[in-house]
Amino acid sequence: MAEELFSVSNLVKRFGDNEVVRDLSFSIAPGECLGVIGPNGAGKTTTIRMCLGQTAPDGGSIHAMGLEMPRDARAIKQQLGVVTQMDTLDPDFTCAENLLVYGRYFGLRDKDIKERIPSLLEFASLTSKANAKPGELSGGMKRRLSLARALVNNPRLLLLDEPTTGLDPQARHLMWERLQLLLQQGKSILLTTHFMDEAERLCSRLLVLDHGTKIAEGTPRDLIAKHLEPDVVEVFGQGAMALVDSPVRAHAARVEVSGETVFFYTHNAHNLLEGLSAFPQLRTLHRPANLEDLFLKLTGRQIREDA
Amino acid sequence: MWSLPQVTLRFWPVFLRNLLVWRKLAIPSLVGNIAEPLMWLVAFGYGMGALVGKVSVSSPQGMVEVPYILFLASGSICMSAMQAASFEALYSAFSRMHVQKTWDSIMNAPVGLDDIVFAEMLWAAFKALFTVTAIIGVMLVLGITHSPKLLLAWPILFGVGVTFSCMALIFNAMAKGYEFFTYYFTLFLTPVMFMSGVFFPIEQLPPTVRLVAEWLPLSNAVELVRPLFMDHWPQNALRHVLVLAAYAGVSFWIALALTRKRFSK
Repeated sequence: MAEELFSVSNLVKRFGDNEVVRDLSFSIAPGECLGVIGPNGAGKTTTIRMCLGQTAPDGGSIHAMGLEMPRDARAIKQQLGVVTQMDTLDPDFTCAENLLVYGRYFGLRDKDIKERIPSLLEFASLTSKANAKPGELSGGMKRRLSLARALVNNPRLLLLDEPTTGLDPQARHLMWERLQLLLQQGKSILLTTHFMDEAERLCSRLLVLDHGTKIAEGTPRDLIAKHLEPDVVEVFGQGAMALVDSPVRAHAARVEVSGETVFFYTHNAHNLLEGLSAFPQLRTLHRPANLEDLFLKLTGRQIREDA
Repeated sequence: MWSLPQVTLRFWPVFLRNLLVWRKLAIPSLVGNIAEPLMWLVAFGYGMGALVGKVSVSSPQGMVEVPYILFLASGSICMSAMQAASFEALYSAFSRMHVQKTWDSIMNAPVGLDDIVFAEMLWAAFKALFTVTAIIGVMLVLGITHSPKLLLAWPILFGVGVTFSCMALIFNAMAKGYEFFTYYFTLFLTPVMFMSGVFFPIEQLPPTVRLVAEWLPLSNAVELVRPLFMDHWPQNALRHVLVLAAYAGVSFWIALALTRKRFSK
């Protein structure tokens, strides 16, 4: 068995009477990307904050690289790279200065950091922006500068909290490319995200979190196979609701209604579509089941009050 | 929360960070910091000075008469140190802590909150030192004082900066927004300024008020710095230094505890 780079056991966090993380355990192997998905308020950010030693757990333990959090917080953070949800770049510094100043927090010498800056900027596709300030950068550039900054200490493990939220598709794809490159180089990543395509693309393993509890864990493919039927047919239009009680229903293993749309989850899409051809006024969309279906099945379709 | 400060050498890169920002904005920052106190000094010192004439001040040689502008200059330099440190440790530190989330990003690196608070405290004191250095320079040019003992006033004024930045950091830790600092400046620093012998001798105050005034940090600072401007040695210097040090030490501890509480949420 591969040595665990990072492991969390039976983690508990309470805010007053509210238990926001409940008996959570997971681990990350070297070179692995673990994705944590879950609705807002599921405890993702609190878990990350505990992993960083910024808030103390009320129970359980966190081990990283043979050290224990929060006791060895400094030694652990020396080998961590962090990208938070909100950009926290220094607005008064250029891109290069942001990297220099951040490197100093790790006790690195100016000479060593300055040697690394060109390659970090190149990695972030920001070479031409070395002397620009964050205010002059686009959202995607800022996120890549944040990622470059997290790499200044050449960390073994990266903690990324929603690294692509708010980015346009081009910027998001470039970010994914960079993260895949890091995984190829042998770095490990702990990633939280709301984007299922991001989770599917990057993560070797996923953790589904809801109400502070782990409700599922596995590779994206295994999770879909285990929890869902292989095909989904979405039907909407005049009279779609009536299908729920019609004979067509028999071809689906499971049916969900959300707003004006009926979702048929089925092992036998062929027969289902044939049955639906009797209703030409309805619009249908046939597709394989994906992580989003899994997510909605496990955590429900309703909007959370605190979302 | 109340455990002893755990400051390590990692405070230094945080201090350097603030220094690097300041170097980029040094000129407008210094102009802002010294122009106002100098205008007060010139307007009041020469204008009021003509009306007031000389002021009696106690010294090791008994009461001595000093020109009002020298009296005012030696008091207002302490006030400038107080204001520069307070402003930096409130508005500027709050921007870094709360608005820009600079502290959060620093704490993702192996730097502790105690290191950051210590660096901010030291930085605000240095801002006070830069400011008073510039003002003393102008005072020398204007010929208000040429006392060689100014060299000793300089580190004392740095200490005044330390004291007031420690105190300000308490309020920084409690603030929800910038508006909160108006209370500190208006309801605390302004009365402190008038009760500390900056503009008129503390002896002018009613006896009960004077009793309070004597224990205010700024009045102790003025008692130390004013004689040095007049080329005398301060009386009861140890007492005044201890009062300032006590304010600084206790305030820093409270500020640290409240900041830890703020960040533990």
